[in-house]
Amino acid sequence: MSSESRDNPLPLWEVFLQPPGGAAHEHAGSVHAGDKEMALQAARDVYARRGEAVSIWVVPSEQITASTPEDMGPFFEPGNDKAYRHPQFYKVPPGVRVS
Amino acid sequence: MTPASVVAPAEDPKRLADFEARIARGETIEPKDWMPERYRRQLIRMMSQHAHSEVVGMLPEGNWITRAPSLRRKMSLMAKVQDEAGHGLYIYCGTETLGVDRHDLILQLLAGTAKYSSIFNYPTISWADMGAIGWLVDGAAIVNQTMLAKASYGPYARAMVRICKEENFHKRQGFEIMTVLSGGTPEQHAMAQDSLNRWWWPSLMMFGPHDADSPNSGELSRWGIKRKSNDELRQRFVNMTVAQAKAINLTIPDEGMRFNEATANWEFSAINWDDFWRVVKGDGPCNRERLAARRKAHDDGAWVREAAAAHAAKQTESTEAAA
Repeated sequence: MSSESRDNPLPLWEVFLQPPGGAAHEHAGSVHAGDKEMALQAARDVYARRGEAVSIWVVPSEQITASTPEDMGPFFEPGNDKAYRHPQFYKVPPGVRVS
Repeated sequence: MTPASVVAPAEDPKRLADFEARIARGETIEPKDWMPERYRRQLIRMMSQHAHSEVVGMLPEGNWITRAPSLRRKMSLMAKVQDEAGHGLYIYCGTETLGVDRHDLILQLLAGTAKYSSIFNYPTISWADMGAIGWLVDGAAIVNQTMLAKASYGPYARAMVRICKEENFHKRQGFEIMTVLSGGTPEQHAMAQDSLNRWWWPSLMMFGPHDADSPNSGELSRWGIKRKSNDELRQRFVNMTVAQAKAINLTIPDEGMRFNEATANWEFSAINWDDFWRVVKGDGPCNRERLAARRKAHDDGAWVREAAAAHAAKQTESTEAAA
């Protein structure tokens, strides 16, 4: 018996894991699941078999809004041309430790 | 399937040059970035074959879960097989970022039109084969995947980093099985040696054809997908494995093997490529059995997928009713 005709692909969810030790959630990969509860369980089974996570977020992939490579230049420019936002911009007398 | 991977549209030379400059600078290519169609197709081909290999790779070992000699061995083997399922999913997930659907890739595997690593078309006829697979097959996979963890395509490289962390457990549990058997009774030692004899050459073939006979290698290396050649990786694996075999008193089945002082390489005899191509083309000892097992598992799991979909639909309805 072939089930291919009855098989609809399940929705895609992005998986974010928070590692132990206080770091932020980080993208780990994705899973297919019918609903959010199963998405969480699948994310645990696929991405956290060895204590990699203390917390998991799953987000429907279609709900994520992302910047595009095309607007990479102008979009990020305001953050790239302000050297005075970095500590290295400021002069410190020789031999003094400020930070 | 073949025409799609052979014929690709001509690319805009300016964009292609920019793309290749990015690769040369060591930048990572991400899913939404512009990429040549050939790059995308080569990645889909390579990554889906890799994912299929992880999935089919569960079958030869699944064969021994119910017959493991102790509870400790059984727990390890189950955890390892579960990891292989996970590895398949990591790579399918990476492949989907290239605009294909996992569902379609799985249907290609079930239809027999997709390839997977030929090593899994050999039978596992003794318990020692669980040792040899972990030691040699996973050992060879680590050499290959450590290289792929630096691949130019971000989602593939990141999946490999995750996989490499887990593979060392696979290799060590296999080597432990071989160590214990080799140091056991004469019968157990013979079982370990027999297993090494059967798995040695197929393991060397896992790295693929010689560089001169590998049709895809040029493009893959130019675009930073493969950073070492098949022959380089194979030699690295051999050099590493010779000392391991010696340490546990097993003999590599190659009388022609010699250490070359000048290159510090263990030189090995010619590989029987006729056998390799026979298995790749579908005529190995277990090709049909592996696919039949996958199809059965897929069909037997249909009710689970249907139930999941029905449950999800019901949840949506009740949420909407409450709103």
